[in-house]
Amino acid sequence: MKRVNAVVVGAGAAGGIVAKELATAGLSVVLLERGKWYTANDCRKDDLRNQRTTVLGNAFGPEDEGNPRVLFDPHSGPRTLLPSEGGYQNNAACVGGGTLSYGAMAWRFMPQDFRMRSIYGAPAGSSLEDWPIGYDDLEPYYEKAEYEIGVSGDYSGSPFFGPRRRQLPMAPLPPNREFQILEPAAKRLGLHPFHIPMLRNSVPYNGRGPCMRCRWCVGFACEVDAKNGSQNTVIPTALATGNCALRTECMAREVLTDDRGRVRGVAYYDANGHLEEQLSDIVIVSACAIESARLLLNSKSRLFPNGLGNRYDQVGRNLQGHHYTGAMGFFDADTYDDVGPGASIAVADYNHGTAGLCGGGMLANEFIRLPIQMVDRMPAGTPRWGLRHKQSMRSFYKRNIAVMGPTQPIPSADARVTLDPAVRDKWGMPVARISGNVHPHTFEIGLVQAQRAELWLKEAGAVSTILNAGKPTVVSAGQHQAGTCRMGIDPQASVVNRNCQIHDVDNVFVIDGSVHVTNGGFNPVLTIMAIAYLASESLVRNWKGTGFRS
Amino acid sequence: MPSSKKPKRMTRRQFVAAGTMGCAALAVGCKEGNHGNWDFLNDAQARTLTAICDQIVPEDDFPSASQAGVLTYIDKQLARHYRRHRDIYRDGLAQAGAMSRERFGQEPAALAAPQMAELTSAIEKQNRKFFDLVRSHTFEGYYGAPRHGGNRNAVSWRMLGMAEPPVNGRAQYDLRKGSA
Repeated sequence: MKRVNAVVVGAGAAGGIVAKELATAGLSVVLLERGKWYTANDCRKDDLRNQRTTVLGNAFGPEDEGNPRVLFDPHSGPRTLLPSEGGYQNNAACVGGGTLSYGAMAWRFMPQDFRMRSIYGAPAGSSLEDWPIGYDDLEPYYEKAEYEIGVSGDYSGSPFFGPRRRQLPMAPLPPNREFQILEPAAKRLGLHPFHIPMLRNSVPYNGRGPCMRCRWCVGFACEVDAKNGSQNTVIPTALATGNCALRTECMAREVLTDDRGRVRGVAYYDANGHLEEQLSDIVIVSACAIESARLLLNSKSRLFPNGLGNRYDQVGRNLQGHHYTGAMGFFDADTYDDVGPGASIAVADYNHGTAGLCGGGMLANEFIRLPIQMVDRMPAGTPRWGLRHKQSMRSFYKRNIAVMGPTQPIPSADARVTLDPAVRDKWGMPVARISGNVHPHTFEIGLVQAQRAELWLKEAGAVSTILNAGKPTVVSAGQHQAGTCRMGIDPQASVVNRNCQIHDVDNVFVIDGSVHVTNGGFNPVLTIMAIAYLASESLVRNWKGTGFRS
Repeated sequence: MPSSKKPKRMTRRQFVAAGTMGCAALAVGCKEGNHGNWDFLNDAQARTLTAICDQIVPEDDFPSASQAGVLTYIDKQLARHYRRHRDIYRDGLAQAGAMSRERFGQEPAALAAPQMAELTSAIEKQNRKFFDLVRSHTFEGYYGAPRHGGNRNAVSWRMLGMAEPPVNGRAQYDLRKGSA
């Protein structure tokens, strides 16, 4: 197999961007993806088999067969889980990664989100830290993501975000009924509601049409290809350069190193299960926080007996995602208008500045709920089954609004990915074992956020509400997984530097949510994309031909 | 309305019984186990499961769980994606039958509505794992996509007032047909 300049492992939000940036700059790139390439034609309106409700499996991977993980719950011990089971902490495994089927909220983090420790101090037992980069460093790359991938929305109602040079390229979709109910209520409470930024076309953009506003959105591929992910933007661009080869159904086994401690390529299993070696000058690991950590930990050699980049036992630590809390309000008139994507309005008044809390989070109305998603979200006092449950479904299916939000996670070094000592996947490799939890202060923030959501719904006319503010016993990483290869200055307390380069090996990079020091009170994908643009640019800038040295 | 409910229920039970006899007749030439029309369940299990599922989603002016095809859904999945739950179903249904015989001297399928409600609550208390599984699967079969055998004619979606069939987009047709 011909040697190339770069191997990128994982064709998701970050990997797609890296492949495009490197290929456009003239580097030869092999983009490895363990899953398949789905298109708009693969949209199946199946509410039991998608990426949101997975009871009959994940629509876009991984398959239940041969891809287990182990979840270590302090109460019940280790449990081997299938990808479609809760607790597996899945993100889709396909070209586009999570971006094929996500809800597509496109948040910029706030300037404070990069300086959490300086602003709040680290709660005892937490690993709260500042990023080595700030909002100003990322701002141009946020903009690039907004324009290249395509974002609609309108932040102008909210004064709380950092400065920006350009407005979003597309106006928001017209407001749905929930927006119209929630907006005046938020204003009466003195809040600043605005249109959620979304990686979704509201008008024709990038050669594709606008959203047709169906309800089969979050968890599904977009049937009209109006949802923007790496699979329909940067990856086709990368391939069109002629410098990038995409190899699907290829599972990376390990990052290969030579006897001088430099990386020389990637060993992977191809679609037929054959073990191949792709040699390269550099390797970029973009497999998402859990699998990126697992790949580094599985890349053991004489010089790196504990895995690549793991000299100080940092790889896999600080696993975080988002603890979601909020409330549901039940109304005496219809709130449901069957207009997708559903989520439309947010407030960011509570992200920072509450005395006694290390941050907060945005609150937004939820995506459209399919009936199966409603069965456990009934008004308080509704029996769990029987005639009254059925009648409650009929009464409230079209008369409820959910306001939820991602709580700023306070990271903990104990929440981590390790290799399970016993369980192997279908290729015989040790699987990820997930254990620990974010710092308990996260749940205190989450409860306050839920109460705020409840207040907003009551102001909007909800006749009754229920609070959703649990206290999970294991970290909730899931689609927002981040933190496992923390970016930092101190090589003993982080895994990569500000350019996403592993501290002690200069030709291997981790570019995805793994590098997030903290995960903000927002969906993280636009930040993952911005970092991919920033890191790619510095990589290209430092590229000196095949003998790469930074 | 309540007066019309009772005969309806009887009709359904008669229907199930008739169906069972038909299955038995068909099964003469089959292997031991009397699986009738089912992929996994045997007929006795199906009768007990029907009684439980119809407590979870009973009939009103819209169909009950079993009338909407929930049994078909669960049975199909127990033969496919939910193979891992077979033991819980086998044991849970056997236990439900035993509880019914002990309390009421009859199989669950033969119980009057109030007794079946009492039995279902008892199952929920004594075998929560089994009950929660049946409850989840019943809701999936009743409220989920019809393609898996439940939600016959999208009846629950109609009940909730959702447009059916769902709107199709343009990309499928544009991409597949090309220029005609």
